[in-house]
Amino acid sequence: MTQRVKFTLMRLGPLLLTFAVFILVYVVGGQLYPAMQKPQVFFNLFINDASLLLVSVGMTMVILTGGMDLSVGGMIALVSTASAALLRAGVSPIIVLPSMILLGIALGALQGWIITDLKVQPFIATLMGLFFTRGMAYIISLTSVSIKNAFYMKLALTPIYIPFLHKTYIYGYALVGPIMLLVAVYLSFFTRFGRTIYAIGSNEQSAVLMGLPVRRAKIMVYAFSGLCSALGGIVFSISLLAGYGQFASGMELDSIAAVVIGGTSLAGGYGNVIGTLFGVLIHGTIVSILQFNGTLSSWWTRIGVGLLTLIAIGIQSVFYIKRKRKEKST
Amino acid sequence: MVKKSLFKRFRESQVFWPIVAWILILVFDAIIDPSFFKLGIIQDPVNGNHLYGNMVDIFNNGAPLMLVAIGMTLVIATGGIDLSVGAVIAISAAMGAVLINPALGNELISNEVLTRNATNTPLPLIIIADLAAGTLCGLWNGFLVSRGKIQPMVATLILMVAGRGVAQLITNGQIMTIYYTPYFWFGNGYILGLPVSIYIVALVLILGYILVRKTSIGLFIETVGINAKSAYYSGISEKNVKMLAYTFCGFCGAIAGLILSSYVHSADGNNNGLYYELDAILAVVLGGTLMTGGRFSMLASAIGAVVIWTFTVTVYHLGVPANALLAAKAVLVLVVILLYSDYTKRFMNRIFERKGAKHDTAC
Repeated sequence: MTQRVKFTLMRLGPLLLTFAVFILVYVVGGQLYPAMQKPQVFFNLFINDASLLLVSVGMTMVILTGGMDLSVGGMIALVSTASAALLRAGVSPIIVLPSMILLGIALGALQGWIITDLKVQPFIATLMGLFFTRGMAYIISLTSVSIKNAFYMKLALTPIYIPFLHKTYIYGYALVGPIMLLVAVYLSFFTRFGRTIYAIGSNEQSAVLMGLPVRRAKIMVYAFSGLCSALGGIVFSISLLAGYGQFASGMELDSIAAVVIGGTSLAGGYGNVIGTLFGVLIHGTIVSILQFNGTLSSWWTRIGVGLLTLIAIGIQSVFYIKRKRKEKST
Repeated sequence: MVKKSLFKRFRESQVFWPIVAWILILVFDAIIDPSFFKLGIIQDPVNGNHLYGNMVDIFNNGAPLMLVAIGMTLVIATGGIDLSVGAVIAISAAMGAVLINPALGNELISNEVLTRNATNTPLPLIIIADLAAGTLCGLWNGFLVSRGKIQPMVATLILMVAGRGVAQLITNGQIMTIYYTPYFWFGNGYILGLPVSIYIVALVLILGYILVRKTSIGLFIETVGINAKSAYYSGISEKNVKMLAYTFCGFCGAIAGLILSSYVHSADGNNNGLYYELDAILAVVLGGTLMTGGRFSMLASAIGAVVIWTFTVTVYHLGVPANALLAAKAVLVLVVILLYSDYTKRFMNRIFERKGAKHDTAC
């Protein structure tokens, strides 16, 4: 029994610590700036980081296989610009939205195919994806394209009030992230696909030898990440009502940092999607603290995120190295 | 051992493929527009007479990337990666700008004081501080990787994210324009008609060559890259070798930052050296050094960087907007991937060697 409790604690250790760090950062913020104690500030985290959450969910799945997807920021730029251009040309959102999602899945699957079949390192292949998507976004339009579609306007500006809380609201598009999070939780914990992902991340060679569909799973993971970043691009374009090639520059780094802070090992195999949620929330909290302060520049966000990543890695190494040693000794 | 013919030795050396890629691009240029290769001598009262033309530009503008690629080669050869070089460039550039005039970022100082052609710190001191800042960043990376046992990608990611913040911290969040003319010499000066930056690259290459090939450090690096554990058991201080590689990479990044800030006359924490880490890794891969570590060639990486810049200048020459360059670069990467894949190598071996002849696959 105690063994089991210990094992569960070991497994959930990084997750619990990430959660604790989030609470700590939030409470410190609340103490410094009492206005942060309002529930609205908490929901703002979801609104402001809606696309970061989406992208990070996909990124977590990719990193669990031991890979990496650098193309997410570029995908957001491409999807937002392409959808804005299509809407400006008068295409109905009913056609635009599915086609953008398909575009994301297709580009993701293509990267997955290059990685598995041409045996290219994920880093290089998705770097190419980043260049390609960002470049295509600029080819579509060199300047920012605004969206004046009625449907998009409605999505962007209609608040959904949270019951039981006074004057607290969330926008519809901010709910896409949590929904995809649930999908990812289901995929990674309750399906064969999810177990294959963990197996690939732990040891790809043995996963192949076990007869798992490694090739298919890897392509699917990159397609899933493509889907997530396409959704992220749609959410981004709805929230800003515009599309531009410069959008979400450097988001791949923020998202990798959020995943690492969330307790997922970059070597693959360890971690989970729920931790990523808190990684993203921590990122959002730091940004809000800086906004409440007002005098500090936004570059402190980057220093803060960098430091937190370092701390997260420290925590991880304590847990995972211990665990690995244990596995070896038994 | 059978002595191989010179051509075969060249074909099997790491320099072969990047040179082929370079020649391909140059041939393309020659077909599209022969005036691409036009060289001339310009009478410049400030910098003295010097050559000008696309080819000079490629080497002059590509110098920072070449430097970063040279440093990156050693890191990748140990099986690591350094994502922070762009941030190191920004830090080193910021350092130089601040030392020239600490008041640059301050809006309250009158324009007259800001734009004067003077410095608060002697130039040698600025250079030393620049290089020291970058080397320190490299040391930090090396420390995290070798002593902290953190995966290189994560360890350097920290500085990549935080480094730009640090650069902004140094410059007080402003884009600092530099007005001190002697500082411009590194990016815009000329010696014997050729840009100073070319000499700097050559110097670093020679220095690096002596460092890794005339001592056993190069072998150590390759050993660590191929199998760190066996290197450790054969008595090589794996930690110190990694430390050295990252420090050297930081040092190269610092020189690149110096040249870059001197070339654009400003220090911008956000945009100095943006995407350089990606270009540098691309250059190293073009140079035929495997991302998994092992055999490396700094010269091949430098040529890889030249290929990237030749490509960039070509794309500009064709009139493609600067922002769409990224898409063109993606196509370049795809071609490189296909060129370096096993299929192509087998195909090339079949062309160069008679059927049935025994050939080793080292390439």
